[in-house]
Amino acid sequence: MLAFVIRRFLQSVVVMLAVGLIAFAMFRFVGDPVNQMVGVDTPQAEVERLRAALGLNDPMLVQFGRFILNAAQLDFGISYQFRQPVTRLLAERAPATLELAFTAAGFALVVGVLMGVYSALRRDSVLARVFQAVSLVGVSLPTFLIGILLIYLFAVQLGWLPSNGRGETVTLGGWWTTGLLTRSGLRALILPAITLGLFQMTLIMRLVRAEMLEVMRTDYIKFARARGLRTRVIHFGHALKNTLVPVITIAGLQLGSIIAFAIITETVFNWPGMGLLFLKAVHNVDIPIMAAYLMLIGFLFVTINLIVDLAYGLVDPRLRIALRS
Amino acid sequence: MNLQGPGMAEPVISVRDLVVEFVTRRGVLRAIDGVSFEIAKGEVLGVVGESGAGKSVTGAAIIGLIEPPGRIAGGEIRLEGARIDNLPAEAMRRIRGRRIGMIFQDPLTSLNPLYRVGDQLVETILTHTGLSPRAARARAIDLLAEVGIPAPERRIDGYPHEFSGGMRQRVVIALALCAEPDFIIADEPTTALDVSVQAQIIALIRRLCRERGTAVMLVTHDMGVIAETADRVAVMYAGRIAEIGPVRDVVKHPLHPYAKGLMGAIPTLASEAEELVQIPGAMPRLDRIPPGCAFNPRCALAIARCRTERPEPIAPHPAIARREHVEPGHRVACHLAEAPQ
Repeated sequence: MLAFVIRRFLQSVVVMLAVGLIAFAMFRFVGDPVNQMVGVDTPQAEVERLRAALGLNDPMLVQFGRFILNAAQLDFGISYQFRQPVTRLLAERAPATLELAFTAAGFALVVGVLMGVYSALRRDSVLARVFQAVSLVGVSLPTFLIGILLIYLFAVQLGWLPSNGRGETVTLGGWWTTGLLTRSGLRALILPAITLGLFQMTLIMRLVRAEMLEVMRTDYIKFARARGLRTRVIHFGHALKNTLVPVITIAGLQLGSIIAFAIITETVFNWPGMGLLFLKAVHNVDIPIMAAYLMLIGFLFVTINLIVDLAYGLVDPRLRIALRS
Repeated sequence: MNLQGPGMAEPVISVRDLVVEFVTRRGVLRAIDGVSFEIAKGEVLGVVGESGAGKSVTGAAIIGLIEPPGRIAGGEIRLEGARIDNLPAEAMRRIRGRRIGMIFQDPLTSLNPLYRVGDQLVETILTHTGLSPRAARARAIDLLAEVGIPAPERRIDGYPHEFSGGMRQRVVIALALCAEPDFIIADEPTTALDVSVQAQIIALIRRLCRERGTAVMLVTHDMGVIAETADRVAVMYAGRIAEIGPVRDVVKHPLHPYAKGLMGAIPTLASEAEELVQIPGAMPRLDRIPPGCAFNPRCALAIARCRTERPEPIAPHPAIARREHVEPGHRVACHLAEAPQ
C-alpha cells in the first residue's frame, strides 16, 4: 500500500512538472515580460539592468528551475494588471470558487445518486421517465445557457433569488471569506451551484441508474433475495454499495472539472471567484495569473486523482489486496 | 434411508399442477406446464433435464423469486401443508431463507464481493432469528465449521475473494442453512466446481440433509451427481415432468423414451466399447412446443396419439412394470406405458 502511494505520488510530481513547463512556456511565447513593465522612455541600460535582475539572461533551464522552485513556494510573481502578488489575488478569490464548486459537487452527488437509485428501482414509473428526460436536458444544454435560463426564470420573472454576486460574506480566521453563513450569501449560492452542478448531476444520475440496473441483475443480489433479506437492505446496502465503486471515480474526477469549468458559471453570475479573475487575466494578457491558474488546476486534478485511487481501496476490499501486494 | 417415502407422511414441499408463464412481445410462453411432485422430510429429489427444460424456473417458483414478466399462472405450492404460492411479498420474504433455503450455481458470483463473509452470515441470521449480534456471530462460526471450513473463527472476517471456489460454495451452503430451513433448493450447486470439489460438496449436502432431516430439491444436468445424491429423480422435458421415481430405478430402468436416451448418453468406464446414444434433434423452444407429447417429434416410437393427446404421469401398466422390473412410485408420462404393446 505504501509503495503504491509513493509510486502514485512520484507520478503526480512528474505530471506537475509537465504542467509547470507549459505554464513557464507561456511567458516565453507571449513576449518579453520586461516590455510590459517598463515605459517607452526607459533607458536601454535600465531595461538591461532589470532584465539581469529578473534573471532573464540566465539559461532557459535555470529559469525554469527557478520558476518551479518559486511555484513550489506558492510564489507566482506579480500580476501585470493589479501590481499585486498573484498568490494573494488567487487566495482572495479561492474561497468563492471553492464554496461554489463544493456546493455544486455536493448537489450533483446527492441529487444525482438519489435520482439514479430511484430511476433504477422504479424503472417504469412516471417520475423515473421525467428524470430521464430532465437528464437529457442537463447533458445536452451548455452551462451558460442553463445559467441564463435560471436567471431569467428565478431572478427576473419570479424574483426569488439574486441574479449575480455572492451576497454578504463573513471573514473567517482572517483570510477565508464565506457566504455560507449569511442569508443573502446562501440565496446567492443557489442558482450558480445548480448551474455548475447540473451537468455532473445528470451524469451521475445516468451512471448510477445504469450501474444499479446492472448490479440488480447479479447473482449475489438474487442470492440476497433468496436469503430473505429485507428489500431495503438489499437495495441500499448490497446493491448501492456495489454501484458506488465506479461512481466514486467519476464523481471525484468531475470535481476537478467543476472547479476548472467554474469559469463559465462565474462569468454568467458575476461570481467573484478565481475563474472570473482568470478570464480578466486572459483579456489583459496577464501571464502570471494565467500561469498560476493553470498550475493550480493541474494540481487540483492530480491531487483528486490520487485521492480517488486511494478511496477505491477503502470501498473495494479486492483492490485493497491488490494494492497491498 | 428414506423410510418415510413420498406420500406417507405430510410432505415438506408439495407442488401441484404448477404453471409458470412468461409474458413476452411474441405472446405468452409456458416455461412450466403442469408440474407436480412432492418431497418428504430428509429426502433428496433430483431434477434433471436439458437447459431450458424448466428445472431452475421450478425452483424459482417455489421460493417465490419468479421475476416479471414471469408469473405463476396456475397450480399450487404447499410448504408443510400451507399454500405459499399466493402469499403477499413480505410474508414470502419471511419464508425465504428461514424455511426455504437456496444454493446457487456459481459460488464465485453468489456472494457480495464488498461484504465480509461473516457480515453476510450475520445479517442473514439476524434477519431470521431473534439472536443478539454477538450470538449471531458465534452461530456464524459454528455454521462455517459445520460446512467444513477450517479455522472458521479466523476465516469469518475474510472477504469472498479470499476463498477458493469450493470454499465459497461451502459459505453459500452455510448461508442457506442460517435459519435451519425445512427445505433447500440447490440449483446446480456443483456445475461451476472442479470434479474433486464437486464430490465434497455433494457429500456435504447429503450429510446435512441426513443429519437435519432437510428436504432437498437438487437441480442439475449431471446424472452422476443425481445417482450419488438423490433418493428420487424427476426427468423434465419442455416444462413437464417426463418421468419420476426412485433414483436407481429411473437410472437403470427408464421407461420414457427421452429418459432412456438421457440415461444412454451417460458414459461409463465399464462399457467403453459401446457407443453413446444420442437423442436426435433438440428440445423445442418455448413458443414451438408441439401439441400432444412435447417429445413426439424426436421420439422414434411415437404413435398417432402422441401427436394429439398429452400424456400425464402415470404408473406404468403392471405387465410393463414386471417386464422392466419397475418399482412402486415410478411414474412416467408416456402413452406407450399405459398398455403392453
